[in-house]
Amino acid sequence: MSSAKRLWAVFVARNYEFLRDRGALAWNLMFPLFVVFGMAFAFNGGNQEVFKIGVDGSVAALPPGFAATKYLKFVPFDDEAQAQARLRHHQIDLLVKPGNPVSYWINETSPKGYLAERILLGTDAATPAPVRGEVTGREIRYVDWLVSGLLGMNMMFSALFGVGYAIVRYRKNGVLKRLKATPLKAVEFLTAQVLSRMVLLMAVFAIVYHGSDLFLHYERLGSLASLYLIYTLGGFCLVSLGLLIAARATSEELAGGLLNLLSWPMMFLSGVWFSLEGAPRPLRLFADIFPLTHVIDAARAVMTEGATLSQVSGHLAILAAMTVVFLAIGSWSFRWE
Amino acid sequence: MTDELARVKTGTIPPVTLVLEARELVLRYPGASANAVDGLSLAVREGLCFGLLGPNGAGKTTTVEIMEGIKTPDSGAVHYRGAPLGPDFRERSGIQFQETALQEKLTVRELLKLFGSLYPRTLPLEELVKLCDLGEFLDRDSEKLSGGQRQRVLLAIALVNDPDVVFLDEPTTGLDPQARRNFWGLVRLIKSRGKTVLLTTHYMEEAYELCDEVAIVDRGRVIAQGEPDTLLKKHFDGVTIELPKADFRAGAKPLPGKLVERDGTMELMTSEVDAALAALTAAGASLARVKVRARTLEDLFLELTGRELRE
Repeated sequence: MSSAKRLWAVFVARNYEFLRDRGALAWNLMFPLFVVFGMAFAFNGGNQEVFKIGVDGSVAALPPGFAATKYLKFVPFDDEAQAQARLRHHQIDLLVKPGNPVSYWINETSPKGYLAERILLGTDAATPAPVRGEVTGREIRYVDWLVSGLLGMNMMFSALFGVGYAIVRYRKNGVLKRLKATPLKAVEFLTAQVLSRMVLLMAVFAIVYHGSDLFLHYERLGSLASLYLIYTLGGFCLVSLGLLIAARATSEELAGGLLNLLSWPMMFLSGVWFSLEGAPRPLRLFADIFPLTHVIDAARAVMTEGATLSQVSGHLAILAAMTVVFLAIGSWSFRWE
Repeated sequence: MTDELARVKTGTIPPVTLVLEARELVLRYPGASANAVDGLSLAVREGLCFGLLGPNGAGKTTTVEIMEGIKTPDSGAVHYRGAPLGPDFRERSGIQFQETALQEKLTVRELLKLFGSLYPRTLPLEELVKLCDLGEFLDRDSEKLSGGQRQRVLLAIALVNDPDVVFLDEPTTGLDPQARRNFWGLVRLIKSRGKTVLLTTHYMEEAYELCDEVAIVDRGRVIAQGEPDTLLKKHFDGVTIELPKADFRAGAKPLPGKLVERDGTMELMTSEVDAALAALTAAGASLARVKVRARTLEDLFLELTGRELRE
């Protein structure tokens, strides 16, 4: 009689339970797809009214007439290569380097870049004649940026509520007590719950990502394997957090309150919908305590900047450490009743 | 210490026949003003159906959960075949809890397979199905079972590991009379296979029908223990005469026996039936609806505690 046999039996039973709950299954699949397509539709075509001009150097050094032009937003960069990468993916419309003459780079495939160049050449930056450079690259749209956050958010809700809530319900209605009366060990039960939810999380991730990619054609700059690894580790971390919440709670109301207390700040502060780059430093530091922040930051870096695993290793290390801590405390404090 | 334990210690009963022993169990729930189990001891012999009787809140379920190894007592110990309960007891015992839910969306067959997978030794599925008469709804979703069917499934789960000891905690509460009697048949069948059954109930008829030995529990203590008939003989030597209160009249002479009023009925517990009936007639009572019945465990509880069993 092996521990693996018991673990497998509980894993299979939990999967049956979930797969046969048509409402929950539909919700887990349809909700993220609705959000992805809804957001893609809402922000399709880019309704930003302002031209973003990257400045390789100091904004103050720009020709004053050009710098005073309305509806231009100047974004300073210290690193020319990074600025050109942003230009390649349409994250800025023009890159300007102050000097005499001014140098500028344009993405030939960007309609807004064309207009931004016209504006530049209509100001005092046109004399003496500026030096023109070109880059090429496909646009990183809002949806390419957003999808990392939406996938992370869906994973968070599914992990926290799917595991945390289910275990508290089991405890309340006596299922856990019944299992306690068998040779099943707590660690076997918890592992089965984690694995069952991980299979679901990654299946939903794959279906939602690849399914929506068929229609939205994401511009992913990094490797797909890296993306899978980040979400797998993120999923483990979030499921472990769900286990921690459910370790002792005996009422669904208490568990629901705690889960909401965690999930709502994560939804707004972990960068699902908007970047916290320009937010006050204390807020950014606070957001770093949430695992979802690290999942989304790492995934987004792979997706929109082509980051490698080593470049996001800091986020991965934090997620791994959080997972170990959550699992250790959750298993240690787990009670069947 | 119970008589049973005393007899074990003096060698009257060979210890080998004892399957389970509870020794001086004490448990108090946090915040409670009294112990739920208060120095309770009992011994269960092999192959018998042992009944733990008492009103709601008497400490039956807490006691049985300590004996199952589910709860840990503040003091005292439980022994299985002479040794303290160990982790392997879970493989040798089967439990049907008073209140438990089953995993949702699973059929009866899947539930039995799930629980079977958790034990090293199991009864073949076909045998379990036949024993508990599950064939009719084996592939039905467990959420769609009637009360009686559900109890049979819970019993089958308790038997899935072919246990030595089966704990049944209020197994027929909420069942209709027919389903209850069907369940009794299953318990008798289990007993006939040599299993030791520990049953808690507040149905005295059930205890009388099924149990070879009973312990009456009140306020966390055993107040009487023995074979049902022996207990009744020990405490009573007569019958109960029942008369609707409206038909009763008090005479000038005291009635022979103990008179109590219960649920609109006057009950006279007496060993002098003829004299009692004559006294009632003399007092002007109508005997058109009189009943004379043997004393029950319910009467015994009332006798011992002064309270109703189902209060």
